[in-house]
Amino acid sequence: MADSDAPLIRLRGIVKTFGEGPTAFQALKGVDLDINAGDFIAVMGPSGSGKSTTMNILGCLDVPTAGAFLFKGVHVEKLERDQRALLRRKYLGFVFQGFNLLARTSALENVELPLLYRGDPKAQRREMAMAALDKVGLKDWWDHTPAELSGGQQQRVAIARAIVTNPDVLLADEPTGNLDSERSVEIMQLLTDLNKTSGITVLMVTHEPDMAAFAHTIVHFKDGLVERIDSNHHAGQAVTG
Amino acid sequence: MFGTTFLLAIRSILRHKLRSILTALGIIIGVAAVVTMVTLGKATTAAVQQQISALGTNILQIRPGQGFGRGGGGPRPPDFKPADVTAIRDQVAGVTAVAPQAQTTATVIYNGANWSTTVNGTTNGYFEVSPWPLIEGRYWTRAEEQAGKAVCIIGTTIQTNLFRGGSAAGSRIRVNGISCDVIGVLKTKGQAGFGGDQDDVVIMPIKQVQRRFTGSTDIRLMLVGTDPAYDSAQIQSSITDLLRERRNITGGKQDDFNIFDTAQISQTLTGTTTLLTQIVAAVAMISLIVGGIGIMNIMLVSVTERTREIGIRLAIGAVASEVLMQFLVEAVVLSMLGGVIGLLIAQFAVALMSWLGSLPFLFDIQINVIAFAISAIIGVVFGYFPARRAASLNPIDALRHE
Repeated sequence: MADSDAPLIRLRGIVKTFGEGPTAFQALKGVDLDINAGDFIAVMGPSGSGKSTTMNILGCLDVPTAGAFLFKGVHVEKLERDQRALLRRKYLGFVFQGFNLLARTSALENVELPLLYRGDPKAQRREMAMAALDKVGLKDWWDHTPAELSGGQQQRVAIARAIVTNPDVLLADEPTGNLDSERSVEIMQLLTDLNKTSGITVLMVTHEPDMAAFAHTIVHFKDGLVERIDSNHHAGQAVTG
Repeated sequence: MFGTTFLLAIRSILRHKLRSILTALGIIIGVAAVVTMVTLGKATTAAVQQQISALGTNILQIRPGQGFGRGGGGPRPPDFKPADVTAIRDQVAGVTAVAPQAQTTATVIYNGANWSTTVNGTTNGYFEVSPWPLIEGRYWTRAEEQAGKAVCIIGTTIQTNLFRGGSAAGSRIRVNGISCDVIGVLKTKGQAGFGGDQDDVVIMPIKQVQRRFTGSTDIRLMLVGTDPAYDSAQIQSSITDLLRERRNITGGKQDDFNIFDTAQISQTLTGTTTLLTQIVAAVAMISLIVGGIGIMNIMLVSVTERTREIGIRLAIGAVASEVLMQFLVEAVVLSMLGGVIGLLIAQFAVALMSWLGSLPFLFDIQINVIAFAISAIIGVVFGYFPARRAASLNPIDALRHE
């Protein structure tokens, strides 16, 4: 049923209100946004501008109060909690600012986790998780727990976990927020690489213009609305140039 | 899906070994307590029953005096006469045999070896009241009994100590200086009857014992065998009536003899030990429930502590029911693990305490299964609430949780 010309993600008139009555707060006031498959988008904006709320909705973690969110032609705003969970399992990968790996758990087991929920057999889990670790350059660190890894390595494991299911979209919430600039650039180069070679759509929230410069498109939020959308023709040249 | 959640639960338990053990500790103690107490209770009951049945089933013991706890002042009631024995045997319906007993202690000597033992003077009726087969020789004849011949039947303890376990029938031993022909050896009965060795005995015709040792024809104890087809109470009341008449007890005067029914005592003692077992088991059961509450506490703390982990799981696509199952399975596996450890500890405790209390070692499959099942049920019941709390977390809030 999906319109073949339609973008991968389409937001129309998205409103999100927190609370009720006089204390109600409108975080999003009617956001419209189209994201095509293969895009690399950076979302920027000051605190309270609505970028995190938008990311939560795009990540199917939250539903809008009003408006339409179409993902592959499906009205996500009409789905139940568990249906959204299955959507996340199948099509989305998450990378967080705080890495959010399971403590006392090896890199391999962390990366395997989404496959476990998918019900893959053990041999296949191993193989796919090792392949994902290889992609982020941590193949030799598979048996290390997060405590035994540096921040940059932990974020790489988190990225491996996010891409192990071959998702359509990678949502990254300030992925370099806890890293020094050198590590940050490495992570950004990894994301750029994944976007280019695997064709994975990357949606990234960031505060740092240096990091946003890696994206093709930069979406600026302000006061619960999309302020402007910039195309970045020099993507990936911010640091090398 | 169950395989996955089970795997996740096991991983999580192994990741936090100390916490897991502490969580299960309440269940471990509870299960161990319940199983140990109930098993020991049953062992005690079994031991009591064994001791009572060593006295014989369907046997009444009749003694002069007013029985346990009473008596006291006044002249000592007269002993029974041989005619009382015949009267009971011939005049009371349901009586199969009556055996008078006259006991004394004596030193028995054979070939330089001597041994101190009990001499039991009785009639052939004794072997009818409670059958006791021979491994060697014969019982005495009616003529020998009537004449009060110096013949004796010995237990295996005597055989071991005087004859080094060899053949004894046909030999002549000395009992307190009196020469006596051994005509038979009794089959080993073993240790029982309140610590006594039943095989440490010499049995002789009562007339011989009365003439040579006690010096009177008075009888201090009669054993009455009863037909199980008859009502024991009916037999007892018939014997009471008969003895009252023979002993000239009239009107409202109290009996000056007592009838002791082994079956009745067995029932009373068994009832008491069973009741005690049940009370102790109930107390232990409370500790098991407290253990369950312990599991719930730790699981609730665990859910709070692992809020972020739950957030991660939800974000990468775990559905609520999977998170619920994970925590529920964790609680159930923990409490079942506690159950298994508790059962193992209980076996050791039972073995140790039966050894210390010289009780028979018992493995009661029923209580083990019940205690294990209860530990599993406790896991489900007390694990459900924390698991539901984990499953209902909002992934966004959970991820933000510090």
